[in-house]
Amino acid sequence: MTSVTQPLSPPYEAVIGLEVHVQIKTASKVFTRVATGYGYEPNTLTDPVVLALPGALPVMNKAALDAIIKAGLLLGCDIAPVCKWDRKNYFYPDSPKNYQISQYDMPICLGGAVEIELPGAARNVMGEHKEIPLTRIHLEEDVGKLNHGAGDSLVDYNRAGTPLMEIVSEPALRSAEEAYAYLTSLRATMIYGGISDCDMEKGQLRCDANISIRPVGQAALGTKVELKNLNSISYVRDGIAHEIKRQIGVVERGGVIAQETRDFDGMTGTSQSLRSKEEAHDYRYFPDPDLMPVQVDAAWKDRLRAECPELPFLKQRRFLADYQLPYTLTSVLVWDRALADYFEEAVKLAGVAKAQTIGNWIVNDLLRELGTAKIALVAAKIRPAHLVALVGLVDSGAVLANAAKEIFVEMFATGDQPQAIAERRGLKSAPTDRGELEQWCRDAIAGNPKAAAEFKAGKESAINAFKGPVMKASKGKANPKLVDETLRRLLAAS
Amino acid sequence: MSSELFHQPITALAAALEAGTLSAVELTGAVIARTKAVEPAVHAFNSHDEAGALAQAAASDARRAAGQGRGALEGIPIGLKDVIAVAGQPLTASSRMLANFVSPYDATVTMRLKQAGAVLWGRLNCDEFAMGSSTENSAFGPASNPWDVTRVPGGSSGGSAAAVAAGEAIATLGSDTGGSIRQPAALCGVVGLKPSYGLVSRFGLVAYASSLDQIGPFARTVEDAAMVLGAIAGHDERDSTSFRAEIPDYRAELRARRGPWKLGIPREYFGDGLDPAIGAAVEKAIAHYRGLGCEIREVSLPHTQYCLDTYYIIATAEASSNLARYDGIRYGHRAQGARDIVDLYFKSRAEGFGAEVKRRIILGTYVLSSGYYDAYYLRAQKVRTLIRQDFLNAYREVDALITPTSPIPAFKLGEKSDPLAMYLCDIYTIGVNLAGLPALSVPCGFTGDRLPIGLQLIGQPFREADLLAIAQAYERDHDWKTQYPAL
Repeated sequence: MTSVTQPLSPPYEAVIGLEVHVQIKTASKVFTRVATGYGYEPNTLTDPVVLALPGALPVMNKAALDAIIKAGLLLGCDIAPVCKWDRKNYFYPDSPKNYQISQYDMPICLGGAVEIELPGAARNVMGEHKEIPLTRIHLEEDVGKLNHGAGDSLVDYNRAGTPLMEIVSEPALRSAEEAYAYLTSLRATMIYGGISDCDMEKGQLRCDANISIRPVGQAALGTKVELKNLNSISYVRDGIAHEIKRQIGVVERGGVIAQETRDFDGMTGTSQSLRSKEEAHDYRYFPDPDLMPVQVDAAWKDRLRAECPELPFLKQRRFLADYQLPYTLTSVLVWDRALADYFEEAVKLAGVAKAQTIGNWIVNDLLRELGTAKIALVAAKIRPAHLVALVGLVDSGAVLANAAKEIFVEMFATGDQPQAIAERRGLKSAPTDRGELEQWCRDAIAGNPKAAAEFKAGKESAINAFKGPVMKASKGKANPKLVDETLRRLLAAS
Repeated sequence: MSSELFHQPITALAAALEAGTLSAVELTGAVIARTKAVEPAVHAFNSHDEAGALAQAAASDARRAAGQGRGALEGIPIGLKDVIAVAGQPLTASSRMLANFVSPYDATVTMRLKQAGAVLWGRLNCDEFAMGSSTENSAFGPASNPWDVTRVPGGSSGGSAAAVAAGEAIATLGSDTGGSIRQPAALCGVVGLKPSYGLVSRFGLVAYASSLDQIGPFARTVEDAAMVLGAIAGHDERDSTSFRAEIPDYRAELRARRGPWKLGIPREYFGDGLDPAIGAAVEKAIAHYRGLGCEIREVSLPHTQYCLDTYYIIATAEASSNLARYDGIRYGHRAQGARDIVDLYFKSRAEGFGAEVKRRIILGTYVLSSGYYDAYYLRAQKVRTLIRQDFLNAYREVDALITPTSPIPAFKLGEKSDPLAMYLCDIYTIGVNLAGLPALSVPCGFTGDRLPIGLQLIGQPFREADLLAIAQAYERDHDWKTQYPAL
């Protein structure tokens, strides 16, 4: 620890470590069979174990251990051979036993890293990638919730006992942007693995940040400040940025950074001190005698490893290489596992050559319709086969681009096949009467001899001058491919 | 043998119930009447529900009449120490803290007793949160020893022992963390068994020291203890420390196991502080085993001198954490007029807990504190391993160990005001809990003052069947069990 007593010349660098709590999505609580849930009547998701009644004992929920091991495997952690439990002792009304069952000296996951991507030079350019090393991940139980009223405070223990992972990073982040990227990537990984929904509004992902500054080039760490209550990913970024600025301001005015915990208010963008280091707790950790250590053998890990999905960044690299997709498209597709799977299913049906077309449909049209309808992809009536059929109709010239957009919207709403919609709505192109089309083409060429001469002289684009009148004459229904072919044939023959 | 129903062993009563010469209502009525008669002097109970017990007895008779008798304890009135949860009944742990607490759920042992057909009778007095060796730490007043009501029944399960001795229950359950079943059994002249750690589920047992606590039976005879143990033992998925053991028919095994056995005499258990009358009674018991053809060997448990210190570090550390939940927030005693949450904790716990409980919470909090953990708790756990190893080494040579249960007979109420003097009551029983072994106390005579003496037999892990058989081999040839206190 170093105390900065004199103004130092910038530039400073920030040193940031994040402690992220992620609720594990299990049907029941971590040490009893009562269901987990959000938004229920207060104190309905309780039993003698949750309420810490006299004589109640915890029994580990194996699904919670499965989930954290899976999280560890996804992040490249070493999995401890034994899952051991400790008691963290402190008094607070949200903690029914006045100790929390946690893991102290033997966390189930050690090491590992979160891969992050920093913003690129432009939206369509991939940014720099970094690996942010993790210290540890351990499993513990969530606490209840206090609701402070005017004259009293009420406790709701519905949340108490929900399995909770604490993911601790090394102090390897250097900016608010990196912290933002870290959380984004971590969140996606947890959602990908089916470990948590990470809904920050429901408290399923919560973040505390340890922040210090030091002059660039100095090896020793500055005094750290813990920032709490960062309850959205944007607040994490804003809170850290604010804290870095605050610390630089203190140092530049000749002040000293106090080791403390500060509370960030995202609404006002300000922070205030919660407690100083002197008030730090002695948690009196000791092994929980109610819970036997659980051995985690290779077969257990192998079973979970087999369930681990491909992570977003790996998927993105593969999409770029295998499908030759533009970066922008991949950066939308890969962050939502369902969307990426949808895309790949469609490409499998349509062929790799159609990958970009399909990607565009998904990113532009499907996401727009999902957003408008406010539904999740799984609930959408339009399946990959629908989309592939529509792309086929456009390719064959059976429907035009504009018509296809209309068909898509109706297909999304009804789940009907595009062919049927096109026929029902009269959106099929291509008058079958070739004579009529040929006549419109002749008329168009005759009506613009200048363009005809230019085309013959080799100005390829001059052909477009005839297409407008033809389409107009066909009331937009002519097949553009056929129009193009006919025009070329007539021009060549004239 | 006494002709009084309430002094009969389960074996005899079960036979009479089965034969139809006795009804559960009759038996329960006799026990209730006896309780009413002697309870003012004994105070074995914190509370009891006569109507509820009679209703259970009537239900038992109806089941039996319908040919739907449940099990070995059908119709037998059994009392539970007031640290074992029974749905709808008070669960006070003899503490002001829980004076008004009613458990909404059954402990696993409670459910198993119900499944065996037992009539649950009363909540038995004990030291507050099972901390003590005399039952004087009860917030509701001490229990007395039926053999001399000016003396203590031992503790912490003093009420459980006294109730069986006085005929206020046919059998009872207690809990044993450092001797809390065996020592009161010895002082009250009944059989008390502490099972191997993990044999009986702790779910629903108010925790004192989780790694040491075990529930076990008090009964008039070894065979009765075997029957109650058979009803409550076995794996329970609600207790992670419960052992997946095959539970034998302990009563049948008594007939199958006839010895002779190799028995060890740990020399460290016969040193200073042992009452000469107790020493002599134990020597006679040893001689009896020798007479039965058993090989008697002196063995050494070299770490015995560390047992008490080790126990008071581990037990209090766990207790300091286990008792943290009694904070007046969700249930239990809540102080009036607290300024803020911290004040509420301080006041509620200051008012709710007695002196011994506070002493142990403070000691336990201290040994777990940052900077002291390694020197105390961690070191104690290492010594605990050595203590267990001592026993396992001895079991390479012998089948079981014989010791006195308590160094002294029942002492006068109020006699031991020094906590450390009280702690010495458990010097022969504590090592067993640290090692997780089964052990029992069986009556082996009386002092010159007609105070009961207990013989402790310590067995091998999960070999309760052998332990019970060894105890019965002694009991069979003595008539201590048919002597009753003059109340």
